[in-house]
Amino acid sequence: MTTPLRLDVRRLGTGPEVELSLNVPSDLDYVGPAVELIVASCPVGTLSPRRLLFNFRTALAEALSNAIAYGNRHDPAKVVRVRVEIAPEAVRVHVADDGDGFDPGTVPDPTLPENLEREVGRGLFVLRHLVDHVSFNAKGNAICLTLRAG
Amino acid sequence: MTFSVHKDKRGVVVVGVDGQLIVGNRQELKQRVLDAVDGGSRKFVVDFTRTGYIDSSGLGVLVSLSKKIREQGGELRLAGLNEDLQTLFELTKLDTLFSITKTPEEALGAF
Repeated sequence: MTTPLRLDVRRLGTGPEVELSLNVPSDLDYVGPAVELIVASCPVGTLSPRRLLFNFRTALAEALSNAIAYGNRHDPAKVVRVRVEIAPEAVRVHVADDGDGFDPGTVPDPTLPENLEREVGRGLFVLRHLVDHVSFNAKGNAICLTLRAG
Repeated sequence: MTFSVHKDKRGVVVVGVDGQLIVGNRQELKQRVLDAVDGGSRKFVVDFTRTGYIDSSGLGVLVSLSKKIREQGGELRLAGLNEDLQTLFELTKLDTLFSITKTPEEALGAF
């Protein structure tokens, strides 16, 4: 890890909405530090401390890892763009990579007996259970995670 | 330090995970456990008492280590999961692959 992470914090309008933006190099060693930097900068209130420290943190780590490994394929010339919108009613996490995208409908169920002992393939499944809503752009290279307040 | 590794009197290796088990440190855990397997250890407890979160890569490395250890006639047990982590194991059905106890002492006692 040689590139320092630089988080931009922007207040949206005159209300309580805040937007955090961060570009993350395509190296899995950045996942942990990037997640901790964002979590530490999230204003408290919308999410309970427990949901912030578990659901939000784990979901963000999953989305970042997927974007680095499967989207950008560890290409050092590419970055993963993270944008977090914190509003009173919800937190929305946008993670976008420069890859070709994928069809999330084709990911096998990791809980089927034949997949249970596989080392990989649980990321999207875990994500869907940690947040209230998951959506992708049409290309499949950008994900939006919504965690409702609470 | 992310991991602490020690052996109890009966030779059971207890690995403590401090903070998180994620894509950035799972390889270190894997290597430390495999080194102990190479050194002849067959019984392992991974203690999550001080762990905040585990991502799917962390889950994956536990699955792969458990399989390797079982092939060598040993067992890897898990202990100290908080309520959120326990739910993560249940929803991925990995609670069916592992023996999970509330405390590392219980896991040690059951060997």
